[in-house]
Amino acid sequence: MARTAAPAVKPLHKRMWKARWFYLLMFPGIVYFIIYKYVPMFGLAMAFQEYSPSAGFLGSPWVGLKHFRQFFSYGSFEKLFFNTLIISLQSLLWSFPAPILLALFLNEVRHNAYKRITQTVMYLPHFLSTVVVCSIAYQLFSVDTGILNVFLKAIGLESVNILMNEAAYRPLFVGLGVWQGTGWGTIIYLAALSNIDTQMYEAAMLEGAGRWKQMWYITIPSILPIIMTTLVLRLGDLLDVGLEKTLLLSNAANRNVSEVFDSYVYQRGVLNGKYSFSAAVGMFKSVVGLILVVTANWLSKKFTDEAIY
Amino acid sequence: MQAVFHKRRARFSIGDVVIYGVIGLFSLACLLPFWYVVASSLSVRPGFLISDFTLDGYRYIFSTSTLGRSLINSFYITIVGTLVKLFFTSMMAYGLSEEWVPGRRLILNMVIFTMLFSGGMIPTYFVVKGTGLMNSLWSLVIPGLISPFNLIIMKNFYQNIPSEIKESARVDGCPELTLLFRIVMPLSTATLATFGLFYAVGLWNTYMSALLYIPESNKWPIQVLLRQIVYVSSSIGDEAAVEGEVALLATNIKMAVILVATIPIVCLYPFLQKHFAKGIMVGAVKG
Repeated sequence: MARTAAPAVKPLHKRMWKARWFYLLMFPGIVYFIIYKYVPMFGLAMAFQEYSPSAGFLGSPWVGLKHFRQFFSYGSFEKLFFNTLIISLQSLLWSFPAPILLALFLNEVRHNAYKRITQTVMYLPHFLSTVVVCSIAYQLFSVDTGILNVFLKAIGLESVNILMNEAAYRPLFVGLGVWQGTGWGTIIYLAALSNIDTQMYEAAMLEGAGRWKQMWYITIPSILPIIMTTLVLRLGDLLDVGLEKTLLLSNAANRNVSEVFDSYVYQRGVLNGKYSFSAAVGMFKSVVGLILVVTANWLSKKFTDEAIY
Repeated sequence: MQAVFHKRRARFSIGDVVIYGVIGLFSLACLLPFWYVVASSLSVRPGFLISDFTLDGYRYIFSTSTLGRSLINSFYITIVGTLVKLFFTSMMAYGLSEEWVPGRRLILNMVIFTMLFSGGMIPTYFVVKGTGLMNSLWSLVIPGLISPFNLIIMKNFYQNIPSEIKESARVDGCPELTLLFRIVMPLSTATLATFGLFYAVGLWNTYMSALLYIPESNKWPIQVLLRQIVYVSSSIGDEAAVEGEVALLATNIKMAVILVATIPIVCLYPFLQKHFAKGIMVGAVKG
């Protein structure tokens, strides 16, 4: 107590001198955050320029809102917004409840060996790179050699081209997400489940409540706060659908439904060299993302009394 | 009460069959694609069963210099990158861990804000270019040097180290830096291991940064090469193989590369399993 109170009365420069080693430790980190996080934020100014790498930030002419106007009036905006939102909501619809359900099921397993082995297997996909996951998908579903089509042909059915098909793109994208994330996603719920007082279950048993009733009246209400928090966090990054996965799964055949904000920025900016235009698109996405996170945080505060940030 | 509890639960009901069944099926669904890759990499024709065992896929990929170079690149950034990232993350985390340090709150908020808003791909691309990292393996490490999330969790961890330990060392005249490297870090090996593993997995799996910042194929990490091999059918060799043979070989070559790009993760997995639950629990305790 005495320690924390004493420095408070000392003048600022003395306290700062006392903390000099801490500043030294933080220094490289602060430099990193400034150069690689804050300079790009200010670099967004290029969204209002006609940026050319040879002229640089200072030499490029200012064009105001030209790129934003172009983006909103061309029709690409509606498509991108729709695609991003649909795939994000579909992902949410499937990959949000799946881990909760699986955690509830795992919680009912009484044979520890079975639980341990299945958990070990289910967590593994989380650690695989997106490239590996998509490559496996390509091998499983390819038209000539993929096991799915080999099987369909063997039983006399038409082969299906999942990889180059507009209608199959979203189920494929969402399905891979469920495959990769469900097992890992159970961890946070399992932790919450392990904190439930077992006496509640014993009391419910004596009252004659069966397993499903116990699940409905004890288990689910107990983990509801953590479910809400996770949901709010997910809503916060609704516009982030995974750039790597999008780039890896999209092709000419499904471009119409696969193109989202991030992949559009990559395509236009990095590949086509329309730097200022794509920076404007990226800026729009970042700003909407910020609004979503702030709203989500507010919602979280309101419903769970706990702010995430 | 305890007895009743156990007696009621000991029966294997229909509900149990459903629950055990769903869990078993999902685990199988997680495992089978792997097995398919393993079996197909060793077969002439792809499938879940090894048919006509062959090592041609592996022989082929290891006969090209491309794969070896990519593997070396990936191992290099994973090992060196993890150490570098861990070093700077823990240094900054320790700097942020003492509440009386003036300006600490401001720096912390500055870090948190980067989790909410970013300049995005294009301006970052130019900063990476401007700092001379283009075409260098360091472009996969430096632009993501410190994960704000890891930093904050680590800071919370340092905050929770009993202050008596630090105070007694300070009273003995131990300089702050010695304190960090001699006392605090040895106390936090488990935490460092957890974050080291997370960083290592991230670095091994790096794809997007390499796609953006490394145009030269001899600097590619394994994930970019894998993508190239799987998507563009016969790009692995410097010389194009004879047509027809490629079609047959192609699948087990691709499968072999997928496996090679996965195996280090599988080797790290036992350690990950041991530590990650702990890591995620530390994360759940918010800061």
